[in-house]
Amino acid sequence: MEQNPQKDDRGQIDSADLHIGPEYAVAERDVAELLTGRVVSGSSLWRDAWRRLLKNKLAVFGMVVVILVVLGSLIGPTVIQRTTGYAYDAIPKDASLLKSFPPFRGPDGRFSFAHPMGTDSAGRDILARVLSGGQISLMVALIATLVSLIIGVSYGAIAGYAGGRLDELMMRIVDVLYSLPYVIIVIVLLALLPAKTPTAQLAQLFFALGAVSWLTMARIVRGQIMSLKNQEFVLAARATGVSTPKIIFRHLVPNALGPVIVYATLTIPTVMLSEAFLSFLGLGVRSPRVSWGSLAAEGAQNLAVYPWQLIFPGLTMALMLFSLNFVGDGLRDALDPQARRD
Amino acid sequence: MSDDNGNLLSVRDLRVYFETEDGSVRAVDGISFDVKRGETLGIVGESGSGKSVANLSLMRLIPEPPGKIASGSISFDGRDVLRLSPSEIRALRGKRIAMIFQDPMTSLNPFMRVSKQLMEVTQLHLGHTKRQARAHAIAMLEHVGIPDAAERVDSYPHEFSGGMRQRVIIAMALSCQPELLIADEPTTALDVTIQAQILELIKQLKSETGASVILITHDLGVIAGMTDHVIVMYAGRVFEQAPTRELFERPGNPYTRGLLRSVPDPTEDEGTLYQIPGQPPDLAHLPPGCPFASRCERAEEVCQKEFPPFVQLTPSHQSLCHFANEVYAETGATR
Repeated sequence: MEQNPQKDDRGQIDSADLHIGPEYAVAERDVAELLTGRVVSGSSLWRDAWRRLLKNKLAVFGMVVVILVVLGSLIGPTVIQRTTGYAYDAIPKDASLLKSFPPFRGPDGRFSFAHPMGTDSAGRDILARVLSGGQISLMVALIATLVSLIIGVSYGAIAGYAGGRLDELMMRIVDVLYSLPYVIIVIVLLALLPAKTPTAQLAQLFFALGAVSWLTMARIVRGQIMSLKNQEFVLAARATGVSTPKIIFRHLVPNALGPVIVYATLTIPTVMLSEAFLSFLGLGVRSPRVSWGSLAAEGAQNLAVYPWQLIFPGLTMALMLFSLNFVGDGLRDALDPQARRD
Repeated sequence: MSDDNGNLLSVRDLRVYFETEDGSVRAVDGISFDVKRGETLGIVGESGSGKSVANLSLMRLIPEPPGKIASGSISFDGRDVLRLSPSEIRALRGKRIAMIFQDPMTSLNPFMRVSKQLMEVTQLHLGHTKRQARAHAIAMLEHVGIPDAAERVDSYPHEFSGGMRQRVIIAMALSCQPELLIADEPTTALDVTIQAQILELIKQLKSETGASVILITHDLGVIAGMTDHVIVMYAGRVFEQAPTRELFERPGNPYTRGLLRSVPDPTEDEGTLYQIPGQPPDLAHLPPGCPFASRCERAEEVCQKEFPPFVQLTPSHQSLCHFANEVYAETGATR
């Protein structure tokens, strides 16, 4: 009845065929605890997943870069302003700084630490601009991801659990929204509600990106919930009188959290890219605020003469996007160790 | 009316249908039974005979659609379960009627600590605070024989063995002192030594709390050892109903007789084991006559054409068969 691990021709068990589910995986530390007689405390899937994530070098590299960029964006602009006096939006009166050639070279060709990424056409420090643009880019990405988590997860979970006609209706709405390109939504929004302040403009950007970012999440969660809802523990929970919302959000959603986390981490770079794209087209963040997209747009205008104006914002963004994707892929492998093997 | 005579639960003419593309499947087709206070009722039958569906519908846990309780009444402590509002039925579930499921490997939430799952029940039904619920959870785990309960309460289900998980499930089911415990094949997924322990545990807890128990199983040995009264189900109907002793000594239905004959007897070492020929019928396309007729060794022409009557053999013993009296007489004579 019970299937033995597959044996190869010589009748030996190939260790690669021995798949052990995450729930049965025993970490070395647990064994050590067992041997030394110490009580094994609730070792969860998350702890094992975290260990697997730390073994993935690319993911660790990604996490380090993400943390550095996030920290840099959060405190960098203030630090630069305090130490050098350059602010991202301050145009210096000193015209000699105007065209510095990075890295570490002033316009006179001598070594200078003043502007490691150079300045833009108006003489503003690009490092300060990149870091403060990071604030906006990260904020847009985080808010859109948060929207996708809150709306997408609840929407998908409800549709998946309810099933039948309600599910049908809810998912068709998703399909309709899916078919609208978000660029059009943004353009329509801008046309209908002309933003008077840069802040209002930013809010529109959040809204537009949030409106589309939850769709895939809803689909993923719905699929997960549909496969989970017929498991016996759900019936058992119903049999103890647990109400439907509690079953969905306390019993089912935590079971679907793995794919949700993975998709959320992969949503962040996607949204960042969308924001950059919109800003590049001039539909997103506008002056005096900056984002990586709007910096790239500015830089692209002067590409032939001052290439660093595009290279540095672009490099920073590319590095961040790579790193986030590495983290997302690493998380996926860590949370689903069986899928990793070919 | 029916609860006057000590009945905690009284089911009358319950019909549960499932709508499928193949037509309406009559999973439960007009069953009636009573459970007295403190009594253990056994329900036996082959897979697909409607045992589990019947019991899920007692708590209105049938998935609707495709399932539907087409008619009948379920009276629990004098109230019709089928007329309760959703919040009233939720208040019943887990508090006054509790259920133990077949597979302890899947009926606990793998992502929730055992403590949280146990606490959820009492916080919900007994209004416990977190601290009370936790203390209660530990006490319940100790009660069902889990060693180091205070330390193990925060474990995840996968850290328990199958038998231990079933104990956890029993602890959860009994944590509100239900009046009726429905155990749906509680030992099928466990190995024999653990089976005995779990059954003993259910027995012991039942005698402590005075709860009624409905024990669903296809293991006649379990029925013999645990129950006071037995229902034999086949094709969504009650084929025979009798006190346990009487049913084993003097079955009044060819199907029951066949079931009893297909139990291996370890004291006899010759020959092959008896087996009822054929398969249970397709519940979407039942023949007009007796659903067991095509497999029955005693079937005659009338069985194919007419639905059998529910014959009263003694005040507490009924059998659904055209020849119930004859079978009853035969089994009595052979003793």
